[in-house]
Amino acid sequence: MSKIMNLTLKIWRQNDADTRGKIVDYKINDVSPDMSFLDMLDMLNEQLNDKGEEPVAFDHDCREGICGSCSLQINGEPHGPDRLITTCQLHMRTFKDGDTIFIEPFRATAFPVIKDLVVDRSSFDRIQHAGGFISVNTSGNTIDANAIPINKHDADTAFDAATCIGCGACVAACKNASAMLFVSAKVSQFALLPQGRVEATDRVLNMVRQMDEEGFGNCTNTGACEIECPKGISLENIARMNREYLSASLKG
Amino acid sequence: MATLDSKIPEGSISEKWTNHKNKINLVNPANKRNIDVIVVGTGLAGGSAAATLAELGYNVKAFCFQDSPRRAHSIAAQGGINAAKNYQGDGDSTFRLFYDTVKGGDYRSREANVHRLAEVSANIIDQCVAQGVPFAREYGGLLDNRSFGGVLVSRTFYAKGQTGQQLLLGAYSAMNRQIGRGKIKMYNRHEMLDLVIVDGKARGIIARNLITGEIERHSAHAVVLGTGGYGNVFFLSTNAMGSNVTAAWKIHKKGAYFANPCYTQIHPTCIPVSGEHQSKLTLMSESLRNDGRIWVPKKLEDAQAIREGKLKPTDLAEEDRDYYLERRYPSFGNLVPRDVASRAAKERCDAGFGVNKTGEAVYLDFAAAIERYGKEQARVKHLDENDPQLVKKLGTEVVANKYGNLFQMYEKIVDQNPYETPMMIYPAVHYTMGGIWVDYNLMTTIEGCYAIGEANFSDHGANRLGASALMQGLADGYFVLPYTIGDYLSKDIRTGKIPTDLPEFEEAENNVRTQIEHLMNSKGSKTVDHFHKRLGKIMWDKVGMARNAKGLNEAIEEIAALRDEFYRDVRVPGTANGFNQELEKALRVADFLELGELFAKDALHRNESCGGHFREEYQTEDGEALRDDENFAYVAAWEYKGKPSDAVLHKEELKFENVKLVTRSYK
Repeated sequence: MSKIMNLTLKIWRQNDADTRGKIVDYKINDVSPDMSFLDMLDMLNEQLNDKGEEPVAFDHDCREGICGSCSLQINGEPHGPDRLITTCQLHMRTFKDGDTIFIEPFRATAFPVIKDLVVDRSSFDRIQHAGGFISVNTSGNTIDANAIPINKHDADTAFDAATCIGCGACVAACKNASAMLFVSAKVSQFALLPQGRVEATDRVLNMVRQMDEEGFGNCTNTGACEIECPKGISLENIARMNREYLSASLKG
Repeated sequence: MATLDSKIPEGSISEKWTNHKNKINLVNPANKRNIDVIVVGTGLAGGSAAATLAELGYNVKAFCFQDSPRRAHSIAAQGGINAAKNYQGDGDSTFRLFYDTVKGGDYRSREANVHRLAEVSANIIDQCVAQGVPFAREYGGLLDNRSFGGVLVSRTFYAKGQTGQQLLLGAYSAMNRQIGRGKIKMYNRHEMLDLVIVDGKARGIIARNLITGEIERHSAHAVVLGTGGYGNVFFLSTNAMGSNVTAAWKIHKKGAYFANPCYTQIHPTCIPVSGEHQSKLTLMSESLRNDGRIWVPKKLEDAQAIREGKLKPTDLAEEDRDYYLERRYPSFGNLVPRDVASRAAKERCDAGFGVNKTGEAVYLDFAAAIERYGKEQARVKHLDENDPQLVKKLGTEVVANKYGNLFQMYEKIVDQNPYETPMMIYPAVHYTMGGIWVDYNLMTTIEGCYAIGEANFSDHGANRLGASALMQGLADGYFVLPYTIGDYLSKDIRTGKIPTDLPEFEEAENNVRTQIEHLMNSKGSKTVDHFHKRLGKIMWDKVGMARNAKGLNEAIEEIAALRDEFYRDVRVPGTANGFNQELEKALRVADFLELGELFAKDALHRNESCGGHFREEYQTEDGEALRDDENFAYVAAWEYKGKPSDAVLHKEELKFENVKLVTRSYK
């Protein structure tokens, strides 16, 4: 067991969507390196609560890196300094005794703050409503699952794209607050599978249109999204979506 | 409501479902447009039900407490989903899946429901593939399978260690299509806080908007709960932080019987508890037991040296290791069912062989698998299979390909590399087989109120087999409920919209407001988590993996006292008119504090051991569960009477006509 740490936290506090927010400083002592980042915030909240102050609101649920609820811009990086993990999987052993840690919400016009560190990511849902599906009814009366063999490479690539957890780190990492990585992951998953090809043209046009309407920025190929993505979604997906979009536009 | 009518159809087991579907009433497509259905919860069960009901033409209102339906905790299921496809040609069949599930549940589930589940299982895979769910495939392009505990065939379909995620995203995409069409109205960040019953029928819910704090009335012709399990009554579990019993408990208080609350699954392979501040436990998928070997040191002194950090597990010679599952259960080995594996781990740790600082961990070792796969790869690639470095590298690649995300998750939490040193694991609360009692149509004892997925009790008996939860959630939501609910709704085609200004709505809303005001005004000295942790400790110590009458009696008293203290001394900061996570927790913990007591009462009344319910007084000489079929082959369904201690027991006798009741053996 390594040493206990004392830290300074600079946390964004904002009462609701309509109130101005600000950074507030908190001292926290006796943090164990084996704690997760959210365990540490729980500890802070327990202390604030004991002092009669309002705890810091933050989104979280599964705490094992799969639900995509947790967010947080930690020292300027979505999900903090470590790679290929979400904030709930970030452990305090990544920090040193005496560190000052900035904790802010994911920033984007399309992700308005609800309270403190909680943002509204329903714009992601609306993009999915526009085309993130294959139009088959759930009757069970489809063809046998093994009727169409799928090349393992394509199946694996589709799976890799499908592992996106919809957390929004790509948007928060992007200087343009672009959602291209998120949208392209879904477009790619379906574009790579024979089942998804049928509606590929409409899907990419509709999803991109909705993405633009939500106020996300454009992609300028910086690549920060790929680096910060907790699931390692590849930039190749954006290239694939651009190809899909171009050919869909030509088909009109 | 004194007798429980399970409404199991007549006929032979393999014809019941088909006959039933042929006889039930249907609703004409034009009339479906005039019928509203509320679905609470958007996991595999709720999400698939909402999508299917909307496709059929009903107006669906779906509710989830998360910020998006995609985040329901089904997403965290790792290993896979069972289906009797027999793609491997290894002797699988609908009957065998049915048989394995009944046996795995230690003969405490309802035969007719389990058979139906096995019947529709194959359709689930077809459906999901059509939706674009990227299951793992072999090089020939066909679907791959693996094995799970308690069975002798490979029938589990999977998508790496993220099967639940991919299946849920499939159901979510089906929902999205219906949300886009306007057939589902989605209410994110809403919590159901009461059920509204009008003239004996479920006609709506009261929900709190978690952003604004508004208390809302929603009406419908039927209410469906797909709200998951109640494992968080233990505070520490593999459930998501928000998983709760509130919706299920509220309908229980309104007349839905709660069945077998004591049947809880303690999953054998979780990352051990590391410290006081831990908020939840993390599962390591059962699929790891396909390739991992579980062991502890043979000698007490070695275990002690390991605990003190003086000895490394990799230093221990093969003959000094006790592969206790392979030793005790040679025919199933490391793939015994979860309840058996968990108890065996506890037995070794209690005997002093635990391998972490607290003595509550055993090893899950992949060295043998890495070597086996490495040699196979070397042969396939015509390389030197006697080069240990090369074999290890090739074997590591295979293992990483199968379980990579789980190994990464482990390393991030424990800070040890599981490719180099064995994982440490220990049992943790994972799933609840008990739940709201439902009949064959999945209707609760409240007319028009349904429970599906983990929220009901029906399919897993006293122990659930691995990869069966995903199967049940999707079976209920895609293929069972959409039929059975039609039979009920066919009587509602002339009812018209249910108004929300009825006195029943008024009363339910007032009750919710009163409870919230009480909690906000209590202004006590302790936080919600303080009470939740104390409840969890009572549950784990006295109602956990091993239970006895003395401990259970104590637990019942302690939980009742803790509940009183909670209402006297809890402090909820902030206001009720806005986003307030402490208030959300307080409302949930209040219900856990009632459920916990009923849970212990149920465990106390069941004087036998079966599946996940292990009573120390009832065990064989070699420590196996001792069932009492003569006196306890029934479902215990509890009726709410004002306090958990006053709950009244109703029994549904279980008849086994197709699977012979025998002592479960995995030796």
